[in-house]
Amino acid sequence: MKTADPIPRDEAKTGATSPAERTAASATAQQRGPSLAALAWNGYGLRVAARRTLASLSAVWPSAVAVVALLLLWQGYVVASGVDQQLLPTPGAVWSALTTQRDALWANTLVTLWETLIGFGAALATGIAIGVAIDLSPWLRRALYPLLVASQAIPLIALAPLLLLWFGIGMTSKAIVVTLMCFFPIVVALADGLRGADPELIKLFRSFGAGTLRVFWSARLPGALPALFSGIRIAIAYSVIGAVIAEYVGAQAGLGYYMTLKMHSFSTVGVLATFVVTALLSFALFALVALVERLALPWYYTQGRAGGV
Amino acid sequence: MANLSAMRQSEQRPERETSAEHFRGSAPLLAVRDVSKRYASGQGQTLLALDGISLHVAQGEFVALVGPSGCGKSTLLSIIAGLEDATSGAIALHGDAQAPRLGHVGYMPQRDLLLPWRDALGNATAGLRVQGVARAEAEARARALFADFGLSGFERAYPAALSGGMRQRVAFARTALVTRDLMLLDEPFGALDALTRAALQRWLGQTLARLGTTCLLVTHDVDEALALADRIYALSPRPGRVRLERRVPLPRPRTHADLAHPEIAALKAELLSALLDETALADAPREGGAR
Repeated sequence: MKTADPIPRDEAKTGATSPAERTAASATAQQRGPSLAALAWNGYGLRVAARRTLASLSAVWPSAVAVVALLLLWQGYVVASGVDQQLLPTPGAVWSALTTQRDALWANTLVTLWETLIGFGAALATGIAIGVAIDLSPWLRRALYPLLVASQAIPLIALAPLLLLWFGIGMTSKAIVVTLMCFFPIVVALADGLRGADPELIKLFRSFGAGTLRVFWSARLPGALPALFSGIRIAIAYSVIGAVIAEYVGAQAGLGYYMTLKMHSFSTVGVLATFVVTALLSFALFALVALVERLALPWYYTQGRAGGV
Repeated sequence: MANLSAMRQSEQRPERETSAEHFRGSAPLLAVRDVSKRYASGQGQTLLALDGISLHVAQGEFVALVGPSGCGKSTLLSIIAGLEDATSGAIALHGDAQAPRLGHVGYMPQRDLLLPWRDALGNATAGLRVQGVARAEAEARARALFADFGLSGFERAYPAALSGGMRQRVAFARTALVTRDLMLLDEPFGALDALTRAALQRWLGQTLARLGTTCLLVTHDVDEALALADRIYALSPRPGRVRLERRVPLPRPRTHADLAHPEIAALKAELLSALLDETALADAPREGGAR
């Protein structure tokens, strides 16, 4: 019976309970007071957390199976076909390269990570600034949007050597490539998120006496954050590649540089080991963003679970 | 005047007939004089949405505007709230046509429009916060209202966890807290199912009668108007004109049984025939009914 259950969520789920039932529900909630309601709420939260952990385990399970299957297939192919292991090493050989070259890989990873973070930070700052600017000014939107789209048509692999000439072989040129690669999805996602604000909500806030900036800050920006995070997730997935490409073109350190070293000494296994590290780095950064998003937008995820909104 | 809502929070029953009425003579709280609204509808064409609407709302009164969809009643409410400008005509608060209305008149939209990232208390205080009230004070005022609104214990619940009726009550609390003199209700039950609507109508009638809030309700539901209002204006289809003005002969708040009263039934028949006047419908432009 719903009325015996003080969990508000159930009421929301079923939607239209009868008015008598609802009055009874709120009356019992009043008698028990806020502490009990809060307790019920926490109990519910725990159950949700448990269910989510199970859900995420079952979400990871298929990809783990796929990875293991792929590795086995790879190993099996190399062994069975008798292909030159210089050309195509086994996963086991890649793993041992990872362990033996651990220190060099780690040192170069730190360089790439640092470039990525600087470039990504700059992309975040410029992306948000441009996104907000083109939202607040229709004139700027019309002026900048075509330029932004055109900027994405520049092949970064061709731009990287120029940046090398202009900014030197150090970190700056790499960070710039990362920024160019990352800022666009952030701008588009934020601008679209802001544009998608409910006109009725804006009207309501204006009726409170809110000006443009207040409406922006209190109603539109928080509502655009889920969209912004989608853009950030896309951007962070690209960011490491940006740094690696730039290093590949010319650098003195970093994973891209290390790859070229291994390539020049015909160490396929070294290149593949570096791929693995690159992938892990991308994955870690992506997971970090996802975690920040969960912490920053708890309402978005509970809402999604509750009603599939 | 600005302190009226504050007073209402502290002593449940404020003296409604305060200074404003006495100082400004017999001016009603809200006077709408000959308001028309014309929209540009593309290719140099214009569309007359409202045609010379005049009405008034006295202090403490509950007035309903009943009209078919697309008669411009929501537009009129937006104009009264200060969200849109009238093409011609004047709107006066306490006899003052220059009085600011944005931020002074409580406006309640059809959908609850709760912010999903704020809990119930955060949503109820959203308007007060915009108006510069400190968080602690805004929350104290909202908490005082929550018991009355059947929301005690749900202060920290997020909108996704609330039922439709509760969400709408949080939205009412948000509007009530920013209402100084006048509350505008734009089909506030339109998005609810029939039973929730009936329960909420009754609750609202009792609560507003107790608080003595002056209200202007827009609806297409004659029964809703009869259940809640002291006085009813019936509007014609677009362009909206006042077709009929009637006083409801029973005191507020009313029960469901009151609606079966013969006088109410007669009034309902009269209002419906005014609203469903076939000749008027024939003259009216036929384009789709944007609210």
